[in-house]
Amino acid sequence: MVEQLSVFLANEHGRLARMCRLVGDAGLNMHALVVADTADYGVVRVICDHPHSARGVLERDGFAVSVTRVIAAEVPDRPGGLADMLELLDTGGVNVEYLYCFLKPDSSRAVDILRVEDAEKASALLSGAGVSLLHASEVYQPDAV
Amino acid sequence: MFQPDLEAMPHEALQALQLARLRAQLARVYASVPLYRRKFDEAGFRPEQVETLADLANVPFTVKDDLRSAYPFGMFAAPLRDIIRVHSSSGTTGQVSVVGYTRGDIERWSDLMARTLACGGATADDVVQVSYGYGLFTGGLGVHYGSERLGAMTIPVSGGNTSRQVQILRDFGVTVLACTPSYALLLAETAVSMGVDPRSLPLRLGVFGAEPWSEAMRGQLEDALGITAIDIYGLSEVMGPGVASECVEKNGLHVFEDHFLFEILDPESMEPVPDGQQGEVVFTTLTKEGIPVIRYRTRDISRIVPGDCACGRTFRRMERVTGRTDDMLIIRGVNVYPSQIEQVLMGIAGVAPHYQVVLGKRGSMDTVEVQVEVGPDFAFDEIRELETLQRTVTGAIASALAVSVDVRLVEPRSIQRSEGKAKRVVDLRNEGV
Repeated sequence: MVEQLSVFLANEHGRLARMCRLVGDAGLNMHALVVADTADYGVVRVICDHPHSARGVLERDGFAVSVTRVIAAEVPDRPGGLADMLELLDTGGVNVEYLYCFLKPDSSRAVDILRVEDAEKASALLSGAGVSLLHASEVYQPDAV
Repeated sequence: MFQPDLEAMPHEALQALQLARLRAQLARVYASVPLYRRKFDEAGFRPEQVETLADLANVPFTVKDDLRSAYPFGMFAAPLRDIIRVHSSSGTTGQVSVVGYTRGDIERWSDLMARTLACGGATADDVVQVSYGYGLFTGGLGVHYGSERLGAMTIPVSGGNTSRQVQILRDFGVTVLACTPSYALLLAETAVSMGVDPRSLPLRLGVFGAEPWSEAMRGQLEDALGITAIDIYGLSEVMGPGVASECVEKNGLHVFEDHFLFEILDPESMEPVPDGQQGEVVFTTLTKEGIPVIRYRTRDISRIVPGDCACGRTFRRMERVTGRTDDMLIIRGVNVYPSQIEQVLMGIAGVAPHYQVVLGKRGSMDTVEVQVEVGPDFAFDEIRELETLQRTVTGAIASALAVSVDVRLVEPRSIQRSEGKAKRVVDLRNEGV
């Protein structure tokens, strides 16, 4: 499992830029960012280095941030790779809340971030089928403990 | 009790005192204030006709507009050389009204505010931070004089500069905080963001007023600050703070009836409502010299809390003011008080009790948007959870207010915090938006 920041943003000019500037000024690199938006607000999901430090930086500036644990899976690099993986979860009865994809840092391999209803069951299904699940340190620089 | 011989007076003695004072007050305004003389004459009423307190029902009312049209000093009942202080209403709606105080008025006001602080358990040993605004607003100086009269160490901070307020709260060992409830909430939030845990401070009592607030907000303030919070009531036209106050029983505000007569009337018919029923609060001052008011319609909505109070005070209690007849929003024909919205939000986990109501028009239909802050601890991630929260709030407001509203979730701390009275309603209905 890896940690993802979820940031609540009002649909206002400059909020996303402000958020990214704060993370950037703290010297924290972002590896993936997706926006889920509605008419009034959005939730920005971010995979970045030192997620807990990033959360602190954003909260001090008044952003609403939560840290969510999500699955990072390396998708087989061939046609139908993602479809296979999703069918596996579907057959196993695991509902996917959302999913997004980015390239693993320093390689050309695709990483899928999955938020599912039952993470334990999903992890078991995926690793049972030979999908490699990534640790935080393989995706970003985790916070020092 | 600060003045137990008065505050715990037997009812009969109190009524005799009230009647004597009422007759004197009516005679005084009839002789010295042209507006009252004209009103009384038009109504065929003569002060000497008053034989019992029930005869008050024959006396004409005074309204806010009377005070405004007498701007600035037209309703003063004392010569200007005897007036030693003036204050004015906050003037949020149109022209302000000016009130004047004689030396005797200031003396009595100090006593009544000392009573108020003592109602919450304050004594000369306390350190009182007065964070109500000083100036033309009655809050700051009103509490200040009462606190000095009580003998407490009085810190005249006034409003604003919130981080310095937190420093003083901590460094001066403040035990009593006097301000508006919305400002107390801002102070608590600011303290936490500065790394100061307000619960660990000696602070033990909050004396909050000047705007309507709810029982749920009391719970939140008591919890966040580690205090007992009491509601105090007053208005500049009647005197300022110190007209009525909760005691530590926290079940209604004792009206200081030796100085003020109060009535609860149906705002339409202006007939008295039965004890316990809601209506408009109407005050008659009994001892004011500078600017007495006779049957002044406050527009505040309250009711009498029946029965005796365990604290021993015999003064009757009015329930906390739940709204004002002129704050009342009429939305598609339904009467709504903004404080009802606050009460609903307090009961929902995941949202903060900060809100703003924006009224607009879509065609000829009124639209109501309630902007609500997502609580700082709400673990959102999925849009679905936020939508559920939004629906919960919408549903709760619809069932409590019987009016449907659009709920818009906004970021924490994005609704402007007020340092005085919170501005809860933005009405764009007449601005072509």
